[in-house]
Amino acid sequence: MILRILGEGQLEVADGSLHELNELDEALISAVDKGDEALFRTTLTNLVNRVREVGQPVPPDHLGPSEYIIPGPDATLDEVRGLLSEEGLIPG
Amino acid sequence: MGLMKRFSDVMKAKTSKMLDKAEDPRETLDYSYEKQLEMVQKVRRGLADVATSRKRLELQATQLQASAGKLEQQARTAVGVGKEDLAREALNRRAGVQSQLEGIEQQRQALQAEEDKLTIALQRLQAKVEAFRTRKETIKATYTAAEAQTKIGEAVSGISEEMGDVGMAIQRAEDKTASMQARAGAVDELLASGALDDVTALPGGDIQAQLDALTAGSSVDAELAKMKAELGAGAPAPKEIGAAGEESK
Repeated sequence: MILRILGEGQLEVADGSLHELNELDEALISAVDKGDEALFRTTLTNLVNRVREVGQPVPPDHLGPSEYIIPGPDATLDEVRGLLSEEGLIPG
Repeated sequence: MGLMKRFSDVMKAKTSKMLDKAEDPRETLDYSYEKQLEMVQKVRRGLADVATSRKRLELQATQLQASAGKLEQQARTAVGVGKEDLAREALNRRAGVQSQLEGIEQQRQALQAEEDKLTIALQRLQAKVEAFRTRKETIKATYTAAEAQTKIGEAVSGISEEMGDVGMAIQRAEDKTASMQARAGAVDELLASGALDDVTALPGGDIQAQLDALTAGSSVDAELAKMKAELGAGAPAPKEIGAAGEESK
């Protein structure tokens, strides 16, 4: 499956890694829901780092959507909340 | 639901809205391609803006470094003529300049990082736009409107996702540049006022003028001492000060 790290591009990730990534993702969303800035930072870093480890960069001329999208490593809690709100990801 | 899935759902919802607009899905291809070219231009302009702001900071840093150097020289001169209060004042001001320099360096690094990210994002976008152009021509030449739908869906949603991503990177860079502008404006005003390296503009007096007066005074003293020595170590009378008019060499 293909996964995008915002600001960094798409990576091909083996399906076998999905369970592990989902757990890291759950920890992240719970930090977002709690509004815990420190926990958010840690869980986001964990998820991004793990995706980078298990993922292979997709060639830049690949044209296809990503199954999953995660924020960039320097995203702030406010930015992530903004993206999850009705505004959506695509400006305009 | 986790964050990864929610993010990608938001993206897909946006894309499918765009696909629904066109009656003939093949029109979506041309419309999307136009948008892509606009985005490439937008990223180029964004990159140029960030670079301009970075250069402005670099220019300010050079000016502030010159100020720091001048203040240090003034402090040395002041110590040389025994005016510790002036030396202290000059060093205080230099510390202020140094802290401005540190702030500017941090901002410069932040802008450089944005610039690097945008450069890579632009390359990625251009590669995808080029791939899209090729795919677009193939789809239009090969498929009927009805057949084209699914082929188009994947290509368009893939590129839309990239555009959304790049669009956010641009927004971020613009925000950083804007927040930097206000501070850079304040530093420019400080530099223009001369307050940083020529303290006439500030209460507490003009370090350089005072130093000039002092060093002029001390060279007069030196001349006097020399003359006295030449005239022989006789009885140095206070009247000799009147002879100072000759000392113009």
